[in-house]
Amino acid sequence: MIVQEMRVAAIKNGTVIDHIPSEKLFQVVNLLQLEKMEAPVTIGFNLRSDKMQKKSIIKVVDKFFSDEELNQLSVVAPNVTLCIIRDYKVVEKKPVTMPEELINVVKCANPKCICNNEPMKTRFRVLDKQEGILQCHYCNKELLLQQVKLL
Amino acid sequence: MENRSLVTISGHTKDKIMYLIQMAREFELHTNRKLLDGKVIATLFFEPSTRTRLSFETAANRLGARVIGFADPKITSGTKGETLKDTIMMVSNYADIIVMRHYLEGAALYASEVSPVPIVNAGDGANQHPSQTMLDLYTIYQTQGTLENLNIYLVGDLKYGRTVHSLLTAMRHFNPTFHFIAPDELAMPDYYKMYCQQHGIRYFEHKDFDAETIKDADILYMTRVQRERFTDLMEYERVKDLYLLKKDMLSLARDNMKILHPLPRVNEIEYTIDDTPYAYYFQQARNGLYARQALLCDALGITLEEVRNDQTIQR
Repeated sequence: MIVQEMRVAAIKNGTVIDHIPSEKLFQVVNLLQLEKMEAPVTIGFNLRSDKMQKKSIIKVVDKFFSDEELNQLSVVAPNVTLCIIRDYKVVEKKPVTMPEELINVVKCANPKCICNNEPMKTRFRVLDKQEGILQCHYCNKELLLQQVKLL
Repeated sequence: MENRSLVTISGHTKDKIMYLIQMAREFELHTNRKLLDGKVIATLFFEPSTRTRLSFETAANRLGARVIGFADPKITSGTKGETLKDTIMMVSNYADIIVMRHYLEGAALYASEVSPVPIVNAGDGANQHPSQTMLDLYTIYQTQGTLENLNIYLVGDLKYGRTVHSLLTAMRHFNPTFHFIAPDELAMPDYYKMYCQQHGIRYFEHKDFDAETIKDADILYMTRVQRERFTDLMEYERVKDLYLLKKDMLSLARDNMKILHPLPRVNEIEYTIDDTPYAYYFQQARNGLYARQALLCDALGITLEEVRNDQTIQR
């Protein structure tokens, strides 16, 4: 395990996003707009994992994500682990879980919904976290998590 | 301030529905009043709907309110690119309450979130049309003396017809038995059949539409099979005349049975039926006035008690 961690260098301060399903890695990279970051970013792809067969990991130096960014993350890759690192130590470890409500995270699939036709925040109720079913607060149409488009 | 907007009645309790029915009953007894004297009601129709607009405007006028607004979206600044929010904020400076019809789903809910004055939803796309549901409930109550334990037959377009969907969900409090009569292409969606199962509502599905099928009906709710709903026009031609109500189909009907229809009717109810005691669709449309008087007053914070003690009744 230690050897594994060392393969993607340890950071002094920042955030480690662990247990990202490998097939979701590049979506997460896009979502967090890592390509625009000035700070060093380490990305580990297809690493071996005890929990999952293959996992991916992202380490970002000196970056602490906002709750809004983490809510978005929960839609793309539920069940990732987030580690806040300060002075090489994990000071906080939290699973990223989906909130009861997603505000301005995903796009409604209904072209006749008001939220696709007005400059406003989208709002979805999470009906079923296991099955990944969302419902638009405005038009009441249901949406499957696998099919969602992020804003 | 408490948001008194009416966006949908799907969340209304049984008590609230009965309360609004009692209030509509008061307006049926005494329609002309000055209860809303000095109030200004805006009717914003981003999509034309002559019947609904006339009904709301009549309700406002018969309560002494004055009405502003537009009936045709072509003359509004929405076509110039103004947002719904801006239109609502502007009009809320002038009016005490806004009645709005919109072609987009969720428009009324969004308007109610941004508006400082109550919003009454007069239909938002395929989503909700609560004043229609309220007048349907009032009519059923008026003709049957109760909403409990009724056999309700829904006929025609059960797939896209939002009136039948809203009626179905609103009736869940009253132990109904539903019968769905529709062609395959316009059958009741699975979503609503599941809704029935979850709420313990009995339902039966029929393909045939004849005297025998409808003999136990208390309410026969007819809807129009619309040509534009069909992807396959051959299919439309095949089914369009299967769900027409003819006078001889009423031979086995119960005495208390009433035929309802949200109107406009095209040919789905034979005109000779109009003169039978079963026809009730014109009275139903009239009830829209009383139901909308009740909804306007409720949204403006006027209670049933105040309506009953109203000293402004015009005799």
